[in-house]
Amino acid sequence: MKLPLRLAVFGVGVAGLGFLLVWGVADLPPFGHYAGPYGDIITKLVEPQRHMANAVTAVVFDYRGFDTMGEELILFSAASAVALLLREIRERDTVDVVDAIRSDAIRGLGVLVAAATLLLALYVVSHGFVSPGGGFQGGVVISAAFLFVFLTGEYHAYARLMPTKFAEPLESFGAGAYVALGLIAFGFGLAFLENFLPLGVTGRLRSGGSAALVNWASAFAVAGGFLLIYAEYLEGNMAARYRRSKP
Amino acid sequence: MVPLQSIALLFVALGALLVVLVRDVVRQALILSLYGFALVVLFLVFQAPDVALSELVVSAVAYPLVVVAAIARIAAHRKRRGE
Repeated sequence: MKLPLRLAVFGVGVAGLGFLLVWGVADLPPFGHYAGPYGDIITKLVEPQRHMANAVTAVVFDYRGFDTMGEELILFSAASAVALLLREIRERDTVDVVDAIRSDAIRGLGVLVAAATLLLALYVVSHGFVSPGGGFQGGVVISAAFLFVFLTGEYHAYARLMPTKFAEPLESFGAGAYVALGLIAFGFGLAFLENFLPLGVTGRLRSGGSAALVNWASAFAVAGGFLLIYAEYLEGNMAARYRRSKP
Repeated sequence: MVPLQSIALLFVALGALLVVLVRDVVRQALILSLYGFALVVLFLVFQAPDVALSELVVSAVAYPLVVVAAIARIAAHRKRRGE
């Protein structure tokens, strides 16, 4: 395409988008004013109904737990698709994978940071109904802890710590446990994913009833999913770099 | 709170512009990570710590890593084919 024509097409697109944007923004409620009733209702009801201090996690894993299950399965299928597409060459097709970083100081620091990150992750997951955080965020932080092991130079250590054969069951267990917890509620004569455990005391670690278990299930599924995605990329990259000349 | 929010918004706007303007893919991935961090600060000053936590790990750590890994893989692929 010639440049003037491209500019003309671009101009029409930008004018249309600009119009829609201004139109949309002009009708928004004033900055800082909240018009919808749901947020106010939830913040009033969440403590007496569910004994949870964090309304966000309460909505995610209890009030709309079924929707979250759908999101969970989106991540599950995305991770599976990445594994399916990228799994063309494997570590057994390689020779002499070399760890790039040989400094003991960096390795030591890596182990330290990884351990601290894992601790933070478990804190974020377990306090999901008390303070900001929860299964999804904590799950991703769990996976980040293993990334630090890789980033500080030890592909071998990373592969030994979290090979694909651990990431896959972790992801499947989490996704399966989420659905199973929903089905267990049927056994108590309740609706799918309805709470079937004592709710506990608000602000305590054991508050939240069975939604706390759903929270952990999603943490495992998310951590497993992200680890599987990392593993496919990292193993594929290592395999491509140190590939045998004749397969 | 308003000055803090304005500064955070400014950094996000600047970061978004930089991500689009930088043409080198590796640099773009790094700036994307910084842009993600600007978003984390934005969510934090707008009192959405739950979203900030997700954003922190996904867009500042996990997503740039996947992008950089993909770039490295394409580079290795090109090298093998002798381009």
